[in-house]
Amino acid sequence: MDLDTLLSFKWSVMAPEFIILGVATLLSLIDLFMKKESSRKPLAWLAGAGVLAALVAIFMQLDLEVTSILYDTYRLDSFSKAFKILLLLGTLLVLVLAASYKKEDIEENRGEFYYLLLSALLGAMMMASSADLITLFVGLELLSLSSYIMAGLERRNKRSNESAFKYVVSGGIATAITLFGISYVFGLTGETNLFMIAQNMQEPELLKHGFLLMFAFIIMFAGLTFKIAAAPLHMWAPDVYEGAPVPVTAFLSVVSKTAGFVILLRVIIITFIAAPGINSDNILLQVQPYIMALAAATMIIGNVTALRQRNIKRMFAYSSIAQAGYILVPFVSNSSLLFELIWFYLLAYLFMNIGAFTIIQILTAQEKSNDISIFRGLFKRSPWLAVPMTFFLLSLAGIPVTAGFVGKFGIFMGALGLEPAHYWLAAVMMATTLVSYLYYFNVIAVMFFRDGEGAKVSVPSGMAAILAFCAVSTIVLGVMPDLALDFFYGNFDINEFFMNIEAVDTHTH
Amino acid sequence: MNTWLLSILIFSPLLGVLVLMFIPSHDEKSIKWLGVLGTLFPLGIALVVLSAFNIAEEGLQLAERFSWISYEVFQSKGEVKYPIFYEVGVNGLSMVLILLTAVVSVLAAIASFSIKQNWKSYFILFFLLEMGMLGVFAAQNLFLFFIFFEITLIPMFFLIGRWGYLEREKAAYSFLIYNGVGSAILLIVFVALFMKTGTMNFEQLAYTLSLPQAELNQLFITKGFKMGMLIALLIAFAVKLPVFPLHSWMVRVHVQAPPAIVMIHSGILLKIGAYGVIVFGAGMFPEQFKSLAFIIGLFGVINLLYGAFLALTQTDVKRVLAYSSVSHMGIVLIGLAAVNESGMTGAVFQVVSHGLISALLFFLVGALYDRAGSSELSAFGGVAKRMPILAGIFLAGGLASLGLPGMSGFISEFMAFLGLFEKMPVLAAVGTLGLILTAVYVLRAVLAITFGAEKDLHKADDLSSSERIPAFVLLAAILFIGIYPAWLSDMLRPTLDAILLGLGG
Repeated sequence: MDLDTLLSFKWSVMAPEFIILGVATLLSLIDLFMKKESSRKPLAWLAGAGVLAALVAIFMQLDLEVTSILYDTYRLDSFSKAFKILLLLGTLLVLVLAASYKKEDIEENRGEFYYLLLSALLGAMMMASSADLITLFVGLELLSLSSYIMAGLERRNKRSNESAFKYVVSGGIATAITLFGISYVFGLTGETNLFMIAQNMQEPELLKHGFLLMFAFIIMFAGLTFKIAAAPLHMWAPDVYEGAPVPVTAFLSVVSKTAGFVILLRVIIITFIAAPGINSDNILLQVQPYIMALAAATMIIGNVTALRQRNIKRMFAYSSIAQAGYILVPFVSNSSLLFELIWFYLLAYLFMNIGAFTIIQILTAQEKSNDISIFRGLFKRSPWLAVPMTFFLLSLAGIPVTAGFVGKFGIFMGALGLEPAHYWLAAVMMATTLVSYLYYFNVIAVMFFRDGEGAKVSVPSGMAAILAFCAVSTIVLGVMPDLALDFFYGNFDINEFFMNIEAVDTHTH
Repeated sequence: MNTWLLSILIFSPLLGVLVLMFIPSHDEKSIKWLGVLGTLFPLGIALVVLSAFNIAEEGLQLAERFSWISYEVFQSKGEVKYPIFYEVGVNGLSMVLILLTAVVSVLAAIASFSIKQNWKSYFILFFLLEMGMLGVFAAQNLFLFFIFFEITLIPMFFLIGRWGYLEREKAAYSFLIYNGVGSAILLIVFVALFMKTGTMNFEQLAYTLSLPQAELNQLFITKGFKMGMLIALLIAFAVKLPVFPLHSWMVRVHVQAPPAIVMIHSGILLKIGAYGVIVFGAGMFPEQFKSLAFIIGLFGVINLLYGAFLALTQTDVKRVLAYSSVSHMGIVLIGLAAVNESGMTGAVFQVVSHGLISALLFFLVGALYDRAGSSELSAFGGVAKRMPILAGIFLAGGLASLGLPGMSGFISEFMAFLGLFEKMPVLAAVGTLGLILTAVYVLRAVLAITFGAEKDLHKADDLSSSERIPAFVLLAAILFIGIYPAWLSDMLRPTLDAILLGLGG
């Protein structure tokens, strides 16, 4: 690649990534030159400003046509825009949450936290915007490595250390599994570009190797589900969620999970959409039982285990495993519902989960405990915390007039939509949702029905802003989901997702 | 034509919520009076709606329809739209139930004067509950129905769990889980119907489902699918009604919830089950409904007898009434199973009549509990001497419950059984045994309380003036329907005729 080609690319499409990269670099430099004892709080605002600028940049790109540079290793289509908005929004909220984080332990490392968060975000954004297995993998690793360090940020906290270590080890295994699967795909098709892979999948020669393809699919899928904490690779989540500082937990459960779904959609749907499985039938139809079993297992394990948790962070870890199970259900829907349902659910999930984690953060910091009893009598002590928390819990449980309900309703539409309708999967989802009522309502019961001693809880203004924003969004999206859906339909074109413009380009050159 | 009347009615309880927000939570008196005013306002609007409602006219009235949510789906067939509308409207049946809701809510708000603490959050939840109930009956599509249906669950959970008696939390959980199962099944059915037909509107659905089978096959709606949907619907509403063996939660709620909430629960919320069976079951799957009629009737008779037998052996008057509700809901099923005009009319009459009677009886039980600190039958005796008015109304309520002619209970039981005798005489004959049992357990409970040796009560005042209003109003309504049933049957006739037409007469 010579300089002319390099300059001929439309680099402007990468503006959001450049902003994040620039701010992250700047932060690491400033951190280096700041006095050791001076507060790192200004860095949070700088990081926040960077994320906000990137968000604005994405909104300015909304009208752009699908563009691809660097031979499809970076591509800007409506899919990447739609999901990058989620990633940036999630990170922005996590940043505000972190800026109000009062724990003394983290103070000395604060600078690191901010630029690690941004580099993780950069990895996630690359995952949303790439159509090449190599860059997708690099993005995934950038996200993972940054997350490993963030999980261990509280150096003097044993649990934090333990969680980081567990995360690294299990994350490494998952990466190995993913790579193993990718090696099969590469071996069979000789390509790393997703569109070229999809094209080569049609080769008659491959019809003989349906079994191998199926094997590759299952291995790759399994490896990639690590990030979304789906069974059977979910074991890391409770330990990591419990040990990591709350802002990191919020980031892992929302942004990192979103990125996990993004890469699943990209890799799985583009490459395997027309691939032959055993007996040369469509592979995506053939693996449906496998995906369904995985989703069902995730929902069951997550919800049933959450029942037994007394530790609120562990409970939310299992809850977020269960939620990942719900979001896996649309993968069997065979229609464009797949994208809109996952997008909407992740949006709803972003608000309700970050909102809930904010309250968990406030309470665990004040009471120095993670037990559910810290919620005792919260309604009497601080109604302005108890009421939003109730909204978030109701939304997580999927009760109407909240965004979570609309999300779940949509997922049902996906499961019961095209023939054959997946009644038993819907039934499993409904049954596990009922199980989830027990532990979500248990928190509500503790807040409203029990008397609590404990002092009045003080809420920093940054957190109050997050709470208000998340609570309002949860309700507004529950009452008027069209606000988000219209935006999605207006800016998302499923054809762009499958459009291989690189192939067109090479022909014209 | 869009008038805003119905929407104003549905959301009118929110005005109460709004006003309450600005009242300091320790100001007991203002909160309680605002609680009553807040329910009077919807009642006033309900009366306006009633005056705008044309009894003679068939079909939906005062309908409103706005676009709400639209899903666009690309699939192999191309782009398909799945629109969801906000649509409300009333027909005769829902008009009657809306009126019932508005009236019972006012009276329950008055009964709520006996609530001892946290009045502000109590009434806020109370208003939300009322909004949910009004919405359920006015909703004209599955989505909206489901949303309002669920809206009633959450305030109920709090109202039982926070203000109930000793085992309130257990009762709240069993309420939540049982009803959760019901609404879970409901949601699956609703979404499945939506995805197959592309509409959620009641009328359009009924029309689509009545298309010839050849056309339905193109939509992948087979006979088996319809039957499956109907059975799932019946199970879902059987939880709500409740039908034996899914009734245990309801007994628990009736025993543990505060009396004012039980008035609402037994008076209106249980009726959503009956309403659902009529509108969705008989209205949308008439053929399948007819083929299941015997089983429905059988469950009706089982409910009637089982409830009556258990009511006979209870020592707590709340439990007597709870099982009596189980028993009386059996009569609704019996009427529906008849699948003819008198049976259907009887079922709906029973819905309304039992709504009034059980509200009255639970109100009086609440008043008795205030005086004795217990609701065990053995705690009472000779109430008639010290509190003649309370005892008199209690007796009158009991007589209405056992179906004394001249009161609303008689008309409904008579019609329901008349209908069933026409179709399934043997089953009906077995069922009539239940009526005898009813007389026995009602009189046993009433007599044990009102007559006999006088027991010490810590407060032995007769009904106070604020207690008399609900009691007299309910009794008057019971008598009115008993003496002049034509008013109610005129309201219901067009709606029931339409459903019967679908059922094939």
